[in-house]
Amino acid sequence: MPWRLLRFALNRKHPEPRMFTHHDKLKSSYDVVIIGAGGHGLAAAYYLAAEHGVKNVCVLEKGYIGGGNTGRNTTIIRSNYLTPEGVKFYDESVNLWQDLSRDFDLNLFYANRGHFTLAHTDAAVRTMRWRAEVNKHYGVDSEVVGPEAVKEAAPMIDLSCAGHAPILGALYHAPGSVARHDAVAWGYGRGADQRGVEIHQQTEVLGIDVQGGKVKGVNTSRGYISTNKVLCAVAGSTPRILKMVDVRTPIYIHPLQAMVSEPVKPWLDPILVSGSLHVYISQSARGELVMGASLDPYELHATRSTLDFVEGLTSHMLDMFPFLSNVKVMRQWAGMADMTPDFAPIMGKTPVEGFYLDSGWGTWGFKATPVCGKTMAHTLVNDTPHPLITGFSLDRFSHYALTGEKGAASVGH
Amino acid sequence: MKIMTCPLNGPRPVSEFFYWGEVRPMPDPDTCTDAEWADYVFNRNGAPGVKREWWCHTPSNTWFIAERDTEKDVVLKTYFYQGDA
Ligand SMILES: Cc1cc2nc3c(=O)[nH]c(=O)nc-3n(C[C@H](O)[C@H](O)[C@H](O)COP(=O)(O)OP(=O)(O)OC[C@H]3O[C@@H](n4cnc5c(N)ncnc54)[C@H](O)[C@@H]3O)c2cc1C
Repeated sequence: MPWRLLRFALNRKHPEPRMFTHHDKLKSSYDVVIIGAGGHGLAAAYYLAAEHGVKNVCVLEKGYIGGGNTGRNTTIIRSNYLTPEGVKFYDESVNLWQDLSRDFDLNLFYANRGHFTLAHTDAAVRTMRWRAEVNKHYGVDSEVVGPEAVKEAAPMIDLSCAGHAPILGALYHAPGSVARHDAVAWGYGRGADQRGVEIHQQTEVLGIDVQGGKVKGVNTSRGYISTNKVLCAVAGSTPRILKMVDVRTPIYIHPLQAMVSEPVKPWLDPILVSGSLHVYISQSARGELVMGASLDPYELHATRSTLDFVEGLTSHMLDMFPFLSNVKVMRQWAGMADMTPDFAPIMGKTPVEGFYLDSGWGTWGFKATPVCGKTMAHTLVNDTPHPLITGFSLDRFSHYALTGEKGAASVGH
Repeated sequence: MKIMTCPLNGPRPVSEFFYWGEVRPMPDPDTCTDAEWADYVFNRNGAPGVKREWWCHTPSNTWFIAERDTEKDVVLKTYFYQGDA
């Protein structure tokens, strides 16, 4: 390996493309056009080519691969949701994650840490019991534990949270994990590229050509492409694309912020979430503390970050871990979260024939990257929703049949 | 910190305000169809633009309308509700 590296360094031409092929031109037509080269769009492309033999596919990205929420999230992976639809779906995703590094031959730094959702009130303990029972029913490893189990897993914690929010117990989910977010996009991108999919960065979709209720093509910043099938996987930009096809949905955008501290020695193995204090924390492989909170309070289509956020988050974090008062904040950032009223995604077919949605991923869609790719590829090929996503269809709202996931998704992304 | 102008209390830090979404006309529940009502309850105009929104200055419980560019995060105007919707 070092030899190859040395040879590569001394070679003036650097002939190997690091991850993907660069294509100078767009073709005039594709079987499937995917908008958005985040993890979701690239995973769908990968499974279309790998599992369904559909290779005449392009993925269009206005910026660069993984530059959206895929590269901005705090990488928590878990399946201890509240609804049967959610639990089955995310459990399938966790199963896929476990083999992904091997499938890609790329180290995703998938680290199984265990995940605690802390309960500071009786009402929270009740929700934890409810979640644990639903989880166990579907074979997901999940249990309610007492404060002593939290203390054992994170000895530095102040169980009284500075006296104002004593921890009464927690929902413990042993499979809870973190992974390296960029690598996921690269792994799916490289896999799709090797199977013939074209990835076009710096290519923005500006309009969608719909005639007689059917998709006919896509207008891009680099010209027109004809196609009968478009998959929209653009997270925080979903409402802008929906406007192009005139489809109404409940999706609205709020920023979600996160931050990391300077790197410190490893002291925190599990992932900890507190719904009442609106904060969560894990320690990355590099030693940084990765921290986040709940959504910004009002609609905004921008990724600016604020001092309010850092102040609010750090004050609650110090309630849990007072010894962090000397640790410095290193970076903060924001992503645009595509929120839904029931905290479940919107996936599948739409009133426009040939226009498919993978959206409403809000603050919780990183963990779903593999299963979204797989189920959306199936849905596009068969023109019927994959059985795992029928609970997430857009028309659930017109039937008042929501998939209420808020109790498991509002702070613990 | 961002400042917002309350029509009653003048410029105040935005953290004193509460956001309650776009101003939307409500269909008459007695005459509209189920589909129209579901559209009103759930669907939103999620695309960016200049929107008229409900805001409240929480310390004084003052409700008012703000016209805001939701892409640039600039408040263009704030005023009391005039009854039109
Ligand atoms: C701060 C933060 C923390 C989070 N934490 C977690 C977590 O711990 N666990 C979890 O599971 N989820 C988490 N999430 C949510 C998760 O990040 C997202 O749901 C997920 O990454 C969405 O992936 P995606 O591929 O659908 O979208 P993205 O990665 O956003 O990709 C969409 C792409 O579409 C492109 N695009 C947009 N418009 C156009 C256009 N017109 N033409 C061409 N391209 C376009 C964008 O440039 C972008 O690259 C978090 C999100 C944020 C912001």
